[in-house]
Amino acid sequence: MQLYKSLIFTTTCLILTLFTNSAYSSEVNVYSYRQPFLIQPIFDAFTRESGIDVNVVFAKKGLSERLKREGRNSPADLIFTVDIGRLIDVVNKDLVQGTSSTTLSNNIPSQYRDPEGKWFGLTTRTRSIYVSKERANLADIQRYEDLSNPAWKGRICTRSGKHPYNLALIASMIAHHGEEKATNWLKGVKANLARKPQGNDRAQVKAIKEGVCDISLGNNYYYGKMLNNPDQVEWANAVHITFPNQADRGTHVNISGMALTKHAPNKANAIKLMEFLSKKLAQKMYSEQNFEYPVNPSVEPSGLLQSWGNFKSDILPLSEVANLRKQAAKLVDRIGFDE
Amino acid sequence: MNIQAQERPWFIASLVIALLISLPIFAVVYLAFFPDENAWPHLLNTVLPSYLLNTIILMAGVGFLTLAIGTGSAWLVVTYDFPGKRWLSWALLLPFAVPAYVVAYVYTDVLEYAGPVQTGLRALFSWESSQDYWFPEIRSMGGAILMMSLVLYPYIYMLARSAFLEQSISLYRIARSLGSSPLQFFYRVSLPIARPALAVGLALVLMETLNDFGTVDYFAVRTLTAGLYDTWLNMGNLGGAAQIAVLMVVVVIILISLERYSRRQQKQFNSRNPGAPIPSIKLTGKYAYGASALAFTPVLFGFIIPFMVLANYAVRYFEISWSNEFLTYALNSFSLASMAAIITLILGLILAYSKRMNKNKATRFFVGFSSLGYAVPGAVLAIGIIIPFAALDNFVDGLMREYFQFSTGLILSGTAFAIVFSYSVRFLAVASGSIESSLDKITPNMDMASRSMGHSHLSTLIRVHIPMIRRGALTAMLVVFVDCLKELPATLILRPFNFETLATQVYQFASDELLEQSALSALVIVLVGIIPVVLLDKSINKKQL
Repeated sequence: MQLYKSLIFTTTCLILTLFTNSAYSSEVNVYSYRQPFLIQPIFDAFTRESGIDVNVVFAKKGLSERLKREGRNSPADLIFTVDIGRLIDVVNKDLVQGTSSTTLSNNIPSQYRDPEGKWFGLTTRTRSIYVSKERANLADIQRYEDLSNPAWKGRICTRSGKHPYNLALIASMIAHHGEEKATNWLKGVKANLARKPQGNDRAQVKAIKEGVCDISLGNNYYYGKMLNNPDQVEWANAVHITFPNQADRGTHVNISGMALTKHAPNKANAIKLMEFLSKKLAQKMYSEQNFEYPVNPSVEPSGLLQSWGNFKSDILPLSEVANLRKQAAKLVDRIGFDE
Repeated sequence: MNIQAQERPWFIASLVIALLISLPIFAVVYLAFFPDENAWPHLLNTVLPSYLLNTIILMAGVGFLTLAIGTGSAWLVVTYDFPGKRWLSWALLLPFAVPAYVVAYVYTDVLEYAGPVQTGLRALFSWESSQDYWFPEIRSMGGAILMMSLVLYPYIYMLARSAFLEQSISLYRIARSLGSSPLQFFYRVSLPIARPALAVGLALVLMETLNDFGTVDYFAVRTLTAGLYDTWLNMGNLGGAAQIAVLMVVVVIILISLERYSRRQQKQFNSRNPGAPIPSIKLTGKYAYGASALAFTPVLFGFIIPFMVLANYAVRYFEISWSNEFLTYALNSFSLASMAAIITLILGLILAYSKRMNKNKATRFFVGFSSLGYAVPGAVLAIGIIIPFAALDNFVDGLMREYFQFSTGLILSGTAFAIVFSYSVRFLAVASGSIESSLDKITPNMDMASRSMGHSHLSTLIRVHIPMIRRGALTAMLVVFVDCLKELPATLILRPFNFETLATQVYQFASDELLEQSALSALVIVLVGIIPVVLLDKSINKKQL
């Protein structure tokens, strides 16, 4: 018994010391809402170039709360998100600081960054409409507004209305048309759904392939990912990817982005990483490996992205979209979109 | 309140444990007092009623199904002899190693339109498309109940089986001599005696169900947990989310009290270890094969099929999933889970034993309170841990800066210690519940005898009780260990930089519906989860034979 106890105690102590906070000088620490496997190659490229290590904690929930509670002692330098909502969240909670780097303001158009430098977009992604090649006519679905056309009754698939990507789209509808019209539109879309909202964007394209529905909403990069996955390429081949509202305000886009934390202990390194990510090499990698559009206008999208055609994007300020997010979420509840 | 000097240390220990364990819960309650806006008018008017109803249906469904599968299969393997019984009796534990969301993913893959089942049916009957036939939708309430029951029933099976095994042969002889059939013995004697264990198992199952997010999210079944995350993440109202969490805790308190109340006047003791196990009845012919098939069914659907699907993916995507860090992930998972298992076991022993000694209300309250962590969804619990830990760290840092011009930074936050602490808070209920139900069966005469021979409480616990409840304690440790391996939300939020466990590795991909790319990690979780199942089951059996 005695032996057991001391054994357990020693191992516990040993493992605990192994895991406690340790600091290196040449590093930058990232709290990421985005899966590391998507950005790791880019971080690796940064480390090769600068000799600065990038440490990551990834979680889809709770990182901003962690940052807030850790306060001035937080080890985090940067926070990465996959949608504008979370990004504005950390700004509103006063967890970030502005930074004025000419590299950043030269590389990132003003539409995709905060005027005070409190957040920066890294890539844009369109909220596209996927249309069955066999069973639907492209001419009939040119705008988001067309999704509520009763002609599509029982023919539309989407993921949960509460997903940040859909909330952002709904928020943009509220911004353009006002809450009342947006409500009617969303009710119309709900009435057209082939099934209860479920799965992710990719699963909706799969459903089109299977004949469950003819039209779905989805971010553009899923199209690239499906085309590059031998198990999924036939789903992608069953659909056209479209960029809605070309004749008027343009397609709704969201961003993946980053912000510098208020108490960043490695501020200089963090800004180096931010600048690196806005430059050609990183922007190209985002485009080629993750099928997202570079924010940096001097970087061409990858060949695959270009093959889907050029498009005009909605210039509605993203901060407005973010501020209407809560209203959009309540709207989704009120009309029972997910029921 | 009158506590004798010798019992005081135990009383104080249970008080301290209860306080520590309830820290995060207090933090959540504290948050609930400061919502950003009052979420209730909106929730009550829109989605809350259906969230609540869905939650109740889900819990009732899973509760019923797990009780049926768990108790039925435990009874079968304890009472009867049939081909394959030996390995089935441990194989029935295997589904426990499979995380619920993994099963959900696998079955969606198998049963959906493009999956092998429907494709096969279409080929067989030459149907053209989904318009030509009806097939049950796996992503539904029914599907969620089925999926969760498939992997949660081992909680009940495990506890029911130890309870049945611990039953004295004399009871059986008496019942049989009074003319009851084996089945009547089951209904009238075994089941009532096993009830404390079954109740513990059921409570665990229901709490797991209440706080599952992965499966219900994937199947688009909107439960309270979904509402909680929605209020927090989409409406940006952490306080409102904490209020829903508190509501969920209340649901659990009601459940536990109902169960306690219903058996308030029962007392059960085994006067001594049963000399010999109740002899099992040898089945022959079609009955024997029927029994084998029956016991095999949960193993087939809860383990073998998901395992094969994962293995298939793991082989096909081997190059993508294989990385050098693999061993590190496994080591991380293992160390965290085993530390938490040991800690919860020790804490659970102290709590359960102190409750046995001090029959006063305060001790009961502490013990009850320490098990509430299990009812709080993992992500919320993690926030509840961040708050006191970061506050303490920043307080210490502030003091040091002021008096010594020296910053200590964050000492506890963002360390593996925080994760182990979260596991202990979350899974203490598992350990203490199962230890308590084992201790309940030991007659107080044992304590009195040992005490009258001059042994202290501690010495009595170590020399008398622990050897007697070894089986229950091992079971408790096993459950906690495997639960920790699978735990996700708290691990994700609390972990240090660049720290991956097998579960977080799986989640990275599975959360993007790319499970096939992390099938290897999932497979390792399952395999690693099997090792303790096999080892501990062996030691249980050795003692029994």
